[in-house]
This record gives sequence, structure tokens and C-alpha cells, in this order.
Amino acid sequence: MRRLDAWLPLLAPAALVVAVGLLATQVSRSWEISLVDALVSVAMVVAIFVFVGNSGVLSFGQISFVAVGAFAAGVLTVPLQSKAFVLADLYPVLRDHSVGNLVSLLLAAAAGGVFALLVGLPLMRLSGLAAGIATFAVLEITHNVLREWTKIGPGATTLSLVPETTGPLQATLGALAVVAVAFAYGRSRLGRMLRATREDPAAAQAAGISVHRQRLWAFTLSGALAGFAGGLLVHMLGSMTTEQVYLELTFVTLAMLVVGGIGSLWGAVVGALAVSGLDSFLARAEEGVDVGFTLDVPTGTRLVAVGALMALVLVLRPSGLTRGREPSLRRGAA
Amino acid sequence: MSLLAAVNAQTLVDAVGLGAVYALMAVGIGLVFGVLRLINFAYGQLVMAGAYTLAWTSAWPGAASIAACFVVVLALSVAMERAVFRPLRTQSPAVMLVTTFAVAFLLQSVALILDIRDDTIGEPAAPLGSLNEAVSIAGVDVRKVTVAAIAAAAVALGLLALLLARTTIGLHMRAAAADFATARLLGVRADRVIGIAVLLSGVLAAIVAVILTVQTPLVAPDFALKETIVVLVGVVVGGIDRLWTATLGGFAIGFATGVINGALPTDKTVFLPSAVFALVILVLLLRPAGLFAPAGRAAVVERV
Repeated sequence: MRRLDAWLPLLAPAALVVAVGLLATQVSRSWEISLVDALVSVAMVVAIFVFVGNSGVLSFGQISFVAVGAFAAGVLTVPLQSKAFVLADLYPVLRDHSVGNLVSLLLAAAAGGVFALLVGLPLMRLSGLAAGIATFAVLEITHNVLREWTKIGPGATTLSLVPETTGPLQATLGALAVVAVAFAYGRSRLGRMLRATREDPAAAQAAGISVHRQRLWAFTLSGALAGFAGGLLVHMLGSMTTEQVYLELTFVTLAMLVVGGIGSLWGAVVGALAVSGLDSFLARAEEGVDVGFTLDVPTGTRLVAVGALMALVLVLRPSGLTRGREPSLRRGAA
Repeated sequence: MSLLAAVNAQTLVDAVGLGAVYALMAVGIGLVFGVLRLINFAYGQLVMAGAYTLAWTSAWPGAASIAACFVVVLALSVAMERAVFRPLRTQSPAVMLVTTFAVAFLLQSVALILDIRDDTIGEPAAPLGSLNEAVSIAGVDVRKVTVAAIAAAAVALGLLALLLARTTIGLHMRAAAADFATARLLGVRADRVIGIAVLLSGVLAAIVAVILTVQTPLVAPDFALKETIVVLVGVVVGGIDRLWTATLGGFAIGFATGVINGALPTDKTVFLPSAVFALVILVLLLRPAGLFAPAGRAAVVERV
């Protein structure tokens, strides 16, 4: 019983991810796309949770690492025979080489991690609002550079012809991998030290923990996971622009994390699935969906309902749907 | 050298005008932050609502249209405070900020639904068009609205400074901004102080709505969104803990944007956002409490 309880924070989200993945193989094509999309959102939100949840520092910059991972994986998997035409401006090393699906995902994780490490070295000295705005500045810079620098990517045009390898299987395995890494980190010595700095910076420092170093580890790991999630994303979409990994995605993923409960892995997974599920259900309701009777709502309702429900959850339950707790068999345990 | 040469009186006046508008928004955001410790990301949507009101009342006389704009923006400010800010008063800054994202998203979606009833996105706002005409002052062509913006900012900020410095409620607001818990213990009424701060910030949003609508008379759901983000960056870079440093930060980022846009040809500005945001990061690393915040106060880790 006790041993099960210790593993429940991994097993519960993993079971949920597998259930969604299995469901995706049983439904119509359009629902399959929504469910795969939800699983990729899980990967992104859990990646953000690794830093934001464990450190308590708000970052608006994690989507930069998703963007870097997505464009790294995308540019490196466009078939060589088309690449010389559609991405002619690239540096020769990028233009003349392409890699397979799995390698591209690992390279995406590496790119996200290295970028996060470089950015985190100076930035992790900040906390509070200054950290929020500085990480937002990173997002702006990443977007600006990716959009204008055609030697490393498609620039302002659409990156296309990326192999669409992220189906139900790859999305499920990818989300599971991210959840497992996040769980392992949370249970490790490093994860515990970082959470100590979140609960009480002064006491943690007095116990010999370097706040800067612990935050930097988490930021780098979060960047690597976000890069990996970006790889999943680009292989799901097949074609994408820099605008798709910018402000809107930043707000949506952060909202998912806060709605689920910012302080737990379980909250990150539940929040991502709940918000994407609601969003795709309402998208169908706008076209008329059969739920016993035909539910048909006017166009645009989806956005209003998602916004209203998010605000409602936050006002009524500010600590999120899961109250920021991990699942537990013992009733009332925090 | 070429940059300096390109900065002429024309550019400077426009830059001051832009800085004035941003300063007004910075004060609106800073007032609410002072008493609630809440960054209202939905502030831009208040401006947007005011702009739509102006567009939809285009047929009305100018004064009536502006009055309608003030009524709508103030009503929305108060509703936002009651429904969202008040229940969240004790929550962490992250939760409050994300909630205002949700509110911003909600208001933007409502605006979109109302806007696309005529199957096009964007509503023209015509009534105050004459304010866009240029007048020549000492050889410099200035749009009347720029003059109006600078004047409105000066008057509004002056009145606000008087209110904060000379009246009892101003004293209460300053006390609440310094230490909310202690101020309450000493008899400052929390709801009243917050209510007034929200109302004042609503008035400023309405003024900004009028100015921005005259400058860009096509109103869309993302109206004032970009401005809000830039002002928020300016406010934090300036120093959000004090109203005057926040205002100065807002003005500075508006002024700098105006000068750079006026001075550099567009083909040279593709990486400009990167340079500006790199500068923002540098300032935050060197002065985390804000560029204009008084120096010499090391960051203190809060105990107990």
C-alpha cells in the first residue's frame, strides 16, 4: 500500500496518458488529431512544470525552447531532395544533411537544453517579476531571430514537408517519456533541493543549497524537455510557422498548468488534458455535435467558453483542479 | 552619427506623444499594482472595449461618444475588480497574473464575436477624425492628437499627483501601496482604496482608448494588446514598486520606440526587437528592482 502510494504520482498521470493514447486509435480521424494534439500539449506543459512548478518562479520563456526544438527537428528532417529548393538559404551543414525521426527528436531535446543552459546562466539570478519579464524577453528574441535569420530556418515563411511521424503511438510514448523524466527529477536530490528553495529561500540557503544552481539545473532540464516536445509538435503538424510557437502558445500552456494546479505533475497533466479536451469539444459543438441531442452553438463560442471557464476555475479554485497535489491513496494527505 | 542626424524635431515630438500614451497606461497598471500587487494583463482589453464603444457610437456627437466610452470602460473596470480581483486578493502573483490572461482572452473573444456579426473583422471609428489633421508649430508638423495626448497625459498625471499628495484618500492609497496589512490595521478601508484605484485606472484606460482610437481608427479585437505588453515591460524595467518609476519606465519605452522607429529605415530594423529585449534583460540583471528605483538597496530575502 505504502509502496504503491509512492509510485502513484507517476502511475496516475502515465495511466491517463496511455488511456488517451489508446482512445486516439479507436476514434474518427478528426478526433484522433485532437487527442494527439492533447498529448503533445501534455509534453509541453509537463516540461514547463519541471521548472515553474518546482521552482515557483514564473517563466514566459519556455516556449522559446519548444520553438528551437521544433525548428531544429523540422529543418533536419525535411527530405534532402526537396531541401535544396525550399530551404536554399540554409548553412550548408544544415542544408546537406537530414536525419531520421528519433535522432531529430533527440537533437531537438539537446538544442532546447543547451539553449536553456546558456540563457539560464545569467537569468537564473533573477526572481519574481524581473524573472517573468526577462524570460518573456527571451521569447521575443527567439521569435525575432527565428523569423528573420534564414540561414538557420525558414524565416518568415512556412516550414513544410516535415515528415508527420507523431501519431497516437509517438505522442503517447513521447508524453510518457516526459512525464517519467519529470517524476524522476522531482524525486531526485536535485528536485527536492529546488522545492526547498521554493518553500523557503532563506532556510534553503542556510542549509547550503545554491538557489542559482538548482534553478539552473531545472531550467536546463525543462528546456531539454520543451525542445523534445517541440520536436513532437513539428512532427505532428508537418508544417509550421514561427507564429505557432509564440505568444498564444505561451499563454495557453501556462493557463493549462495553472488550471490543473501549478504545484504538481498530476496538475500539469490534468490541466493540459482538461483544457485541450474542452477546446476540441467546443470546436465540434460549433459545427453541431451529437451528445444525446444535437448541441449546436454559434461560431466563436468556443473561445469565449474556454476563457470564461479558465477564469472561473481560477477564481473558484485558485490552486487549480488538483489543488496542486499529487494523487494519493491516503485521504487528506497533502 | 547617421542615427542622430535622422532624429529631427518631428520625430522627437511624435516620440514624446507615444511616450505620453504609454505613461498613462503605465500609471493605470501601476495604480492597481500598488494596492493589489496584481499585474492586470487585461488592462489592454479595457482600452479595447473603449475603442469599440467609440467605433459603434460613430454616428453620435463626439462628446456623447466619448462619454459612452468612459461609461463602458469604468463599468467594465469595476465589474472586473468585483468578479475577479476581489476573490483572488490573497493568491500568489502567478495565479493572479494568469487569471488576468484568462480575462483578457475572454474579453478579446467576446469582442471577436460581436465584431464578426457583419462578417468583417475590424470596425472603423470616424467621429474624431479631425484630430488627426496636422498643425504647424514652429515649422514642425504635428498631428493635433499628438498635442492632445501630451496635454491629456500632463493634466491627468498632474491631477493624480495632487490627489495622491493632498487628499485623505490619496494618503490612504499611498499607505496601502507601502504596506497593505499595516494600513488596514490603522483604519484604511481596503475595499474603498482598491475601488478608487480601480476607478482611476479605468479613467486612464478610457483616456488612452480615445487617443489610440483617433490615432488608429480601425478597431480590432487585438486593439492595444501590443501596447499593453510593451508598457508592462517598460513598467517592470522602470521599477513597478513605485508609481513614478513605473510611469517613467512606461514613458521611456514609448519614447525610445518612437525615436528608433522614426530614425531607422525599416530594412535596418529587422533585428531591432532582439536588441531592445537584450537591453531589457541587461537592465534587469543589473537593476532587478528597476532602472529608476533608488540604488543601494540590496535584495532582501524575506523572513518569517
